[in-house]
Amino acid sequence: MEYAFEARGLVKRYGKTTALAGLDLSVRQGSVLGVLGPNGAGKTTAVRILATLLRPDEGRAFVGGLDVVKDAAKVRRQIGLTGQYASVDEDLTGIQNLVLIGQLLDLRKSEAQARATELLSEFGLAEAGARQAKTYSGGMRRRLDLAASLVGRPDVIFLDEPTTGLDPSKRDDVWNIVRGLVADGVTVLLTTQYLEEADALADEITVIDHGRSIAHGTPAELKRIVGGQTVIARPADPARLAEAEAILTGVSGRPAESPSRGVVSVPVDGDTQFTEVVARLAQAGISVTELSLRLPSLDEVFFTLTGERSTDESAAA
Amino acid sequence: MTTTVIPPVQKTKATPTRPQPRPFALVRHSLALARRSLIKTIRTPEQLLDVTLQPIIFVVLFVFLLGGAIAGDTHEYLQFLLPAILVQTVVFASVATGVSLNTDLKKGVFDRFRSLPIGRSAPLIGSVLGDLIRYVVATLSLTICGLVLGFQLVTGILPALAAVVMTIGFAFCLSWAFVLLGMVLREPGAVQGVAFLTMFPLTFGTGMMAPSDTLPGWLQAWVKVNPVAHAMEAARGLMIGGPVATHLVWVVAWGLGLLALFAPLAVRAYRRRT
Repeated sequence: MEYAFEARGLVKRYGKTTALAGLDLSVRQGSVLGVLGPNGAGKTTAVRILATLLRPDEGRAFVGGLDVVKDAAKVRRQIGLTGQYASVDEDLTGIQNLVLIGQLLDLRKSEAQARATELLSEFGLAEAGARQAKTYSGGMRRRLDLAASLVGRPDVIFLDEPTTGLDPSKRDDVWNIVRGLVADGVTVLLTTQYLEEADALADEITVIDHGRSIAHGTPAELKRIVGGQTVIARPADPARLAEAEAILTGVSGRPAESPSRGVVSVPVDGDTQFTEVVARLAQAGISVTELSLRLPSLDEVFFTLTGERSTDESAAA
Repeated sequence: MTTTVIPPVQKTKATPTRPQPRPFALVRHSLALARRSLIKTIRTPEQLLDVTLQPIIFVVLFVFLLGGAIAGDTHEYLQFLLPAILVQTVVFASVATGVSLNTDLKKGVFDRFRSLPIGRSAPLIGSVLGDLIRYVVATLSLTICGLVLGFQLVTGILPALAAVVMTIGFAFCLSWAFVLLGMVLREPGAVQGVAFLTMFPLTFGTGMMAPSDTLPGWLQAWVKVNPVAHAMEAARGLMIGGPVATHLVWVVAWGLGLLALFAPLAVRAYRRRT
């Protein structure tokens, strides 16, 4: 029982739509599993099954060795869930929200109060604790939501797209919270649509599409599959685009492309190649208005893994 | 992997252990959730309009518009109408639980409740209990209105309280039917619509506005079995004098029957709803 949770062959159908088509997932204690996939890939359905909200049509899932269907009540004592939409009660204050959860987890009133106060200050909400959650900003709500899922000191936390709709600085707050949880020994399942997020937080990543796992590995392994990162350069003088293109091709050993006007890009394997690009551009005296190293987008990951674009429109069900 | 024993989870802070189950869980959880629903009601008092202003408007309207024609005298009619309209208002108020639960279910907060180790019925019981405040507010509002207009309690405080308890008890039982609707139907508007369709025969197919012997035969047949009609007659008996026992038996029997039927169905529908 070395896995904090494990799912084998999960199938879930909604009428004619198959949300999960035999999904396998597992993660070791104390690590973070990133579940990466486009809208409609089945991420939320998988989380809902593991969190005992939904019964699978086929397959089994275990949390801490307990069956999520047969031992649902025991599983619920070990997990925390933060859904895609902040699941806090807007009419209640921050502290009332957390005290309620504490009471539902069988804490005595005084214990629930103490735990709520502790979590609020941990999440930078101490001052806002007495205000109704409807007055909170998006980032504050998300933090309160995360705090609510931690009241019972769970072993396993499910975070379903925890940063969707947050601006980048708020997203960093959430990332830091997740890192703090892992430091405390909590196992985390995190679903996301962003490769960057999975890369920043996850020990292992499972890529899912159409309700199935299509790739699994550490972020480094996945990046190797999809060809690592991309260097993008925009010469200040558009006339020198061809020269820049030649430099990029020379460093990478792969042909550079021009994805949009005035820009050249090339996939690179390691960080050292980026430094080399910088050096050679400087040597050639080409000044640039933009020079960046970026991870492949989810779309590119999908393209590499499946040979087809992850068209959100067709996948969203 | 050779390890068979999981290493204990390291917590960086010296923290108490995870909460342990305690007895009477369902009662405690339901009460905690009832408190939640009470807080929500207090924070948004505008949703109490239907149990405060609306019944007062009804009373004033009926008493002064119809009183003269039906009873020959508005005071006489107020005596006749008030106990019955109390029943009508409280019974009507029981629809709201189903509507608000239907709205709530769509929000993430119910997902959280589902992920907690609480009885599946606790969130429903909590909402139904929390909404008892609506019945109390309706009763207070009508009592004040009645007294201002000159209603005279003939029997005494205790029988009147008994009438209130009976009415609230019946509404509590009936509200489970609307909780079921709230679980089964997709939109809050649909819950309200269907509930109101059943409300009209229940509350107006009664001797509320005119003595039932003035009604046509088919309607009298309905009034004879309608639990709300019996509740109104019992309330009249308990407040201005008259027969009570038979009516009370009808009300209690119907109430328990409705509760026994709809509460389990509502919980089952809640479990199934995803």
